[in-house]
Amino acid sequence: MVGRLQLAWVELKLFLREPMTVVFSLLLPLIILFVLGGVFGDQPSEPDGEVAFRGVGAMSYYVPAYLALVVASVCVISIPAHLAGNREQGVLKRFHASAIPAWEVGGAQVAVALVLSLVSSVILLLAATPVYEFSAPVSYLTVAGVLVVLVLGFAAFGIFLGAVLPTARAAQAVGLLVWFIMLFLGGAGPPPEVLTGGMSTIAELTPLWHAVIMMQGAWLGLDAGLSWLIFAGIGVLSAALGIRFFRWE
Amino acid sequence: MPAVIEVEHLEKRYGEFVAVDDVSFSVEDGEIFGILGPNGAGKTTTVECLQGLRRPDGGGATVLGLDPRREADRLRKLIGSQLQASALPERMRVWEALKLFTSRHTDAPDWETVLHRWGLTAKRNASFGSLSGGQQQRLFVALAVAHNPRLVFLDEMTTGLDPMSRRVTWDLVSQVRDAGTTVVLVTHFMDEAEQLCDRVAVIDKGRLVTLDTTAGLIAHYAETAQVTFSTDLDDVGFLLDVTGVESVDHRGHRVIIGGTGALLARVAAALAARQVFPLDLEVKRASLEDVFLSIVGEGA
Repeated sequence: MVGRLQLAWVELKLFLREPMTVVFSLLLPLIILFVLGGVFGDQPSEPDGEVAFRGVGAMSYYVPAYLALVVASVCVISIPAHLAGNREQGVLKRFHASAIPAWEVGGAQVAVALVLSLVSSVILLLAATPVYEFSAPVSYLTVAGVLVVLVLGFAAFGIFLGAVLPTARAAQAVGLLVWFIMLFLGGAGPPPEVLTGGMSTIAELTPLWHAVIMMQGAWLGLDAGLSWLIFAGIGVLSAALGIRFFRWE
Repeated sequence: MPAVIEVEHLEKRYGEFVAVDDVSFSVEDGEIFGILGPNGAGKTTTVECLQGLRRPDGGGATVLGLDPRREADRLRKLIGSQLQASALPERMRVWEALKLFTSRHTDAPDWETVLHRWGLTAKRNASFGSLSGGQQQRLFVALAVAHNPRLVFLDEMTTGLDPMSRRVTWDLVSQVRDAGTTVVLVTHFMDEAEQLCDRVAVIDKGRLVTLDTTAGLIAHYAETAQVTFSTDLDDVGFLLDVTGVESVDHRGHRVIIGGTGALLARVAAALAARQVFPLDLEVKRASLEDVFLSIVGEGA
């Protein structure tokens, strides 16, 4: 068992030695927190008489949304580039020849994503608490549970991208593109109420949109029923396609 | 004792292209078995079928008593592999790599022992990306044999290395064999094969062209020798009458004689009979390189 965890442990250290990962998974969510917090921080839940931020205060809306964003950053930017790069350089082939099974390679990515997401979430909450006013979660336990589910789903999505994209550069470009689309449309950027019809259609196709609703549901005690179903669907489909298209070289 | 590897009529196709075409051979316990051939001849594809990394399309193989097609997972745990075109993550440290790969084998020595045995102690905390080509190969060979496998595959292990590192790597391979491990060595360097291998299979365009001991190959394919010396003599035609001499080439002061048998002794005797004692009389026997070129052609 110790041998099995060895790969995940080494992978975690490798992730932390990668400046890209540190910037995107640990720093960028903080920057976004302070920028959007600066812009929307004082907004009431009904600016100009229209309902915004799902009827809660702006930061009560954004803080749980950022937790979802943190998971998406780790999984969609770092994992695909890392996995595709390892395949491109022959690292995966080396693992394969050394009888390291595929599930262990995938499992290591999930484990790394879980640790980074938890750490990044704690940092985000520690940074937000003294600066902004937002409501406390209904249950920390539920929030933690949802975070784990989000990691599983997004990690599957990241592994799928890493499996189908041929090179590290392609994976990095596509990962960033998907992440930015999700950032702008997925509910963790501009409030969903300001999106036009076409935009919200695209938004609802992104996993982040549903992840945000799920995390807000846990944090604020709101209903998120359908999003659970859709997010689970995206996760299961990604996992199936990731396994189907995974190549050692 | 049964052979370590038995290959029968192995075949691998990529679409229309036949990469390995009806290849059969066997590798005996404790030998260094060379697989030689020009680039793209199908050497790597052949050994990757034996390592369980590729599925052959026809024929069969038994490696350490296992079928690489059906028992690939078990097989990969038993063998050691140094792969062509593989790497470790740039930022992985030497000790992390050794620990990662040795921790998977219950009967492997602990990683620090391997670190010392392979002279990597000074590079313990160096990242893979910062190692020189020679050091990287040393690490790969160390990883391939760390768990004391009975059989190890080394594919193009000295490509891109400077002459000094190549010598050192050759010594490492000899050490591995002396420890009782059977070695399959894939290379396109003739000197490497000549230096290390007990037997050599030559593969060209996917087919096994010949298989013999290094000396056997040279004797069979390049039986002529060359004797050369410098002289002031104007006429060396008398040398054509010497037993075994087939050609005499006289260019300026330089004489090049081709022939078979005990050529050097006979030519020396004929020269001495005429009171000619050249200081630079020497014989050049064919090398594996000459054999290789005569088998696969100059275009290879």
